[in-house]
Amino acid sequence: MAWILDGVAGLHAALVESGYTVIGPTVRDRAIVLAELGSADDLPYGWGVTLEPGGYRIRRRADSAAFAHSAGPQSWKPFLHPPRVKLWDARRTDDGFEIREEREEPPRYAFLGVRPCDLRAIGILDRVLTGDRYRDDSYAARRDGIFIIVVNCTEPGETCFCVSMGTGPGADSGYDLALTEFAGEGRFLVDVGSDAGADMLARIEHRAADPVTETRARAEVDAAAGRMGREMPADGLRELMAGSLEAARWDDVARRCLTCGNCTMVCPTCYCTTVEDVTDLTGDHAERWQRWDSCFDLDFSHLPGGSVRTSTKSRYRQWLTHKLGTWHDQFGSSGCVGCGRCIVWCPVGIDLTEEVAALRQEREDSDE
Amino acid sequence: MTAMTPVPYRVTERREETRDTATLVLRPCGEPIPPVRPGQFTMMYAYGVGEAPISVSRTGAVMEQTVRDVGAVSRALAGSGPGRMIGVRGPYGVGWGVEDAVGRDLVFAGGGIGLAPLRPAILYALRRRASYGAITVLIGARTPADLIYRAEFDGWRERGARVEVTVDRAGDGWRGNVGLITSLVSLACADPPNATAFICGPEVMMRFTAEALEARGLTDVRISLERNMRCGVGWCGHCQLGPRLVCRDGPVVAYRDVAPELLVKER
Ligand SMILES: Cc1cc2nc3c(=O)[nH]c(=O)nc-3n(C[C@H](O)[C@H](O)[C@H](O)COP(=O)(O)OP(=O)(O)OC[C@H]3O[C@@H](n4cnc5c(N)ncnc54)[C@H](O)[C@@H]3O)c2cc1C
Ligand code: SF4
Ligand code: SF4
Ligand code: FES
Repeated sequence: MAWILDGVAGLHAALVESGYTVIGPTVRDRAIVLAELGSADDLPYGWGVTLEPGGYRIRRRADSAAFAHSAGPQSWKPFLHPPRVKLWDARRTDDGFEIREEREEPPRYAFLGVRPCDLRAIGILDRVLTGDRYRDDSYAARRDGIFIIVVNCTEPGETCFCVSMGTGPGADSGYDLALTEFAGEGRFLVDVGSDAGADMLARIEHRAADPVTETRARAEVDAAAGRMGREMPADGLRELMAGSLEAARWDDVARRCLTCGNCTMVCPTCYCTTVEDVTDLTGDHAERWQRWDSCFDLDFSHLPGGSVRTSTKSRYRQWLTHKLGTWHDQFGSSGCVGCGRCIVWCPVGIDLTEEVAALRQEREDSDE
Repeated sequence: MTAMTPVPYRVTERREETRDTATLVLRPCGEPIPPVRPGQFTMMYAYGVGEAPISVSRTGAVMEQTVRDVGAVSRALAGSGPGRMIGVRGPYGVGWGVEDAVGRDLVFAGGGIGLAPLRPAILYALRRRASYGAITVLIGARTPADLIYRAEFDGWRERGARVEVTVDRAGDGWRGNVGLITSLVSLACADPPNATAFICGPEVMMRFTAEALEARGLTDVRISLERNMRCGVGWCGHCQLGPRLVCRDGPVVAYRDVAPELLVKER
């Protein structure tokens, strides 16, 4: 059963009334970023984006759609797995030290406008940080009870390939509510994905969707699947990675990559961190912080005898083969959801779909 | 308490093994960490300096860890005298699995500080001497002065192990073997198909020793890998080696399984 909402102002208000901090897309510094939305008016009505390898621009649309833009510079990762987290404090005592864990109550977030690819990315982070023997409690505390409002994609970008990765353009589970926007009409089709979603919907004005409208919404999402800017066939990708460790293409990409790590920062699933110990001048107080780290950093593989991966080639290879290959071994899925951010935010425009195509070609050529 | 919070332990004794390596005897200040299996490690914390993954070199009621000073954290740890409080998280990783090798011949090969994680497995087997076949311990170090646990070798021999030692460079008064540890492999008095080998040391040493043992017909060869580790619990991503997270899926792995990865440069 689907429903119709005339705009999301009522939904935003109901979320705030229920105690949620609402995070969603909004225009800031000529980019569509994710930030707290004071009201539904903060949504980027009438803005779209133009994307290319190494390029991002917002542009005016002919209509007033709020969600007709694909992935921006941020994902939801910083809200769930912040760039810096204090793990604990320690204080020197007469006979040693005493550690105190600090547990701030995280905000109760409602994520408004999660793309299906990004929803899958959240599921991947859940698996990595809470799905094994040791659970990252600080991640879990932020993650638990988040109210998720997906917006299905009807406007894929030039660098999108969720269809190849099987993550979009529509979401079928894992959300509280899912919206499909009728661009420029101010109306949304709503699907309910949880009891919390049903309760929230019950608090706002909505009506049953007539079959014609519902069919039109589904058709828009289906049509989006045919307008992906990129493709990267998932078939055999894992084997391709495992079998391409000595490929010549790594030397080629190494000549372009700056090892800046931008791709890992913007990627919604790159989760790597390091820890830093800091003390005050007297040494009476010490803290440990966890912060994002990148496999492109030379020190990432530091050992007393020297780093394991010193060349650019080995670091790019580590990133790509982990993301598309060994992620399956470690966490049971691909680490890529096809959002295209790493393509857009790479300063030299390295496009993983192109790199993979070249690796495939090299493989085929060598098999002949 | 989260998995990232060290548990306080106190150093009750510090034994200097070599110029740069010390064994710390540790007692919990309160609740201890869960029981440790031979081959597992902890993340050891020196107050205000940081953490490093360090193998447990004696398991049981009295825990020991042996630390070689190679940098800021290991220096602070190795220099911790009696009374000093340090932090410990763990135990982490899969152990050697010596418990499951009952009835088999055992070959231990340790290079330098690599003998530290092997020691609890050796002690475990010697405590149950009758449950195992021949036990051979091959030990390599750069010079005689770099040998750790040197005072214990005779005790191991008395309890039924063959202990063979070699050094790269002999000093005054050294009458033992000189040469790489691989030169001792022919002394491994094992019945090859029925033997299990446990190797720890620099990566090249492990590769050459494992290859030499395989050439002698051993098929069950296990090594303990070293990678950068910032968490020990599978969250930080630093210990990647191909399909493995070494802290979670290792550090002990079957040599056969990782051999192809170890041959890829900078993997
Ligand atoms: C499973 C396992 C078991 C081990 N068991 C033992 C054992 O039993 N005994 C033993 O002695 N050793 C053992 N090691 C090795 C030990 O962990 C290292 O020697 C130790 O981490 C060195 O840390 P350090 O800070 O003292 O030296 P280093 O890290 O080499 O320090 C050199 C400098 O580099 C800095 N540095 C360190 N890490 C980073 C980084 N990631 N990025 C940037 N800079 C960095 C340090 O602050 C320091 O100033 C084991 C390692 C593993 C993985
Ligand atoms: S690897 Fe690139 S396309 Fe894939 S999820 Fe990460 S940022 Fe998106
Ligand atoms: S691929 Fe691009 S974004 Fe990633 S590290 Fe290299 S230059 Fe930076
Ligand atoms: S040490 Fe952090 S994931 Fe293995």
